[in-house]
Amino acid sequence: MNQALDRSRDFDHRGRAWYLDRAVTVFVFIGGTSAILFIGGIFVFIAREGLGFVFSEFDAGEFFGSIAWRPTSVLDATYGALALIVGTASITGLAMVVSIPFSLAAAIFIGEFARGRVRELLKVLVELLAAIPSVVWGFIGFSIMNSLIIDIFEVPIGLNVLNAGVILGLMAAPIMTTIAEDALKAVPDGYREAAEALGATRWQVIRKVVIPAAKNGLVAAVLLGVGRGFGETMVVLMASGHSINIPDSVFDSVRALTATIAAELGETAVGSDHFRALFTLGILLFLVTFAINLTADTIMRGIRRKGQRANP
Amino acid sequence: MVEGPAPNGNAAPADALPKVVVQNLRIRYGNHVALRGLDLSVRRNEILGIIGPAGSGKTSFLRALNRMDEFIPGMEVEGRITFDGRDIRRVRNVYALRSRIGVVFPLPVGLPLTVYENVALAPRLRGVRKASELDVIVERCLRRAALWEEVKDRLRSLGSLLSGGQQQRLTIARALSQEPDLLLLDEFSIAVDPVTTMRIEDVLKELKNEMSIVLVTNLVQQARRLADRTAFFLTGEHVETSDTARIFSGIVKDPRTHDYIEGRFG
Repeated sequence: MNQALDRSRDFDHRGRAWYLDRAVTVFVFIGGTSAILFIGGIFVFIAREGLGFVFSEFDAGEFFGSIAWRPTSVLDATYGALALIVGTASITGLAMVVSIPFSLAAAIFIGEFARGRVRELLKVLVELLAAIPSVVWGFIGFSIMNSLIIDIFEVPIGLNVLNAGVILGLMAAPIMTTIAEDALKAVPDGYREAAEALGATRWQVIRKVVIPAAKNGLVAAVLLGVGRGFGETMVVLMASGHSINIPDSVFDSVRALTATIAAELGETAVGSDHFRALFTLGILLFLVTFAINLTADTIMRGIRRKGQRANP
Repeated sequence: MVEGPAPNGNAAPADALPKVVVQNLRIRYGNHVALRGLDLSVRRNEILGIIGPAGSGKTSFLRALNRMDEFIPGMEVEGRITFDGRDIRRVRNVYALRSRIGVVFPLPVGLPLTVYENVALAPRLRGVRKASELDVIVERCLRRAALWEEVKDRLRSLGSLLSGGQQQRLTIARALSQEPDLLLLDEFSIAVDPVTTMRIEDVLKELKNEMSIVLVTNLVQQARRLADRTAFFLTGEHVETSDTARIFSGIVKDPRTHDYIEGRFG
């Protein structure tokens, strides 16, 4: 009787465990919600600098329609971003042509064909590849790819859409491979076994059952790769030739949105039209990558929900 | 294709041979022996029941029959299995072999396709393209699996949305769409209600007229109801195979068989 009374006194006593629990709760809450804070903060920051330009000097026709990016001209500064947009789009486009088949093939090999140690080794290597700093890729483009392209295609300059696109494609491939492989791995083995029991060949199993089942994850992998390529800076700065130009072929040099910001921001006066125009480019990049990531995320969410429905 | 006289020149017609002959089959997973020295045959148009407690090698045996062991890392199969007189280790197109052997797994595996596509997949794989032909095959297989009436209005909805019992009949329809001459069932009733189980059992009795059936089951009474002959496996050992009627009337070669069917262990 007495003992029970003693113990119920603890109901109002907050010990170490109680305070630790509270502290951890607060800490993880801050960590978890800080992402919202950062996204909001970044957008406000870019918008504050960029929108000032958008609402004053900005001329949509010029920005999207002219290739004349002459921000430093004293008498007649113009801010035509068309060539930069086309530059980024052409490099990203070529990069996807390189990386999509490459990374999907790699994911299928690792996920469906490789076994045991080979598979583990390949996964580690692919993840290592994904960790190579972009400046190293840029250096490979600048030195090795440059002379290769000059030698093979007999063109005067090897820093062009082809160079940047291939390098960017190789750089985006590991991350796409990893995500695509995860999507393939999420397909239950029972599906493969059932299809194989029907007499399907390995390729028929992959083509008719595994890929359709993993389709959303594969699309998300490709989209994240596109987002990666779109926002990449160092490779396109070093390997594209960085000259304002609407390319006629992959052997023309171009300039990308990201590279322009990186190269010019340090030389502008804070608050000047040029400075704010660069931030406008930033808004454009932000919106495009945000849209791509949001789409990828929506698709991935769709997979999860479907997965839940299948196993009630 | 695979029909015809045995390659050793034996002139006996294919019909007289058992469907499957297994000689000295040994299966290992690394150091673990799943099956040691199995000799067994599957006759034409019979249901061969295989009973035995968990871990007795029943599923491993089924896997070896259509060479599904190739997908299980570490599974090693030795010995000889012939299908219509052909050594299955020596066929040059394993996919053609598998396409003649239907498999029904313990838990229904509805492929992530519509009801229709689940059944149309095997015909498509072997090259049937015409929609009208596929329609006929799909309806016939669903009817034979006693599922047509329940799904005819939702052929285009996902197979995984059907109930457990319906899904298991869908996998039977899918196996039938291969036009198999050997059907392997691995504890098909484990996730199926008793009423559906009885319906599937009726289906199997019908199918026996057209194919050989190997029925692995942990329900002794199911073997008694369905099987023409029953084999008893115990921890990798093939204890005996005999006519079902004999075994269940107590005429056994090994007392362990009697103990098992009487429910004294397992």
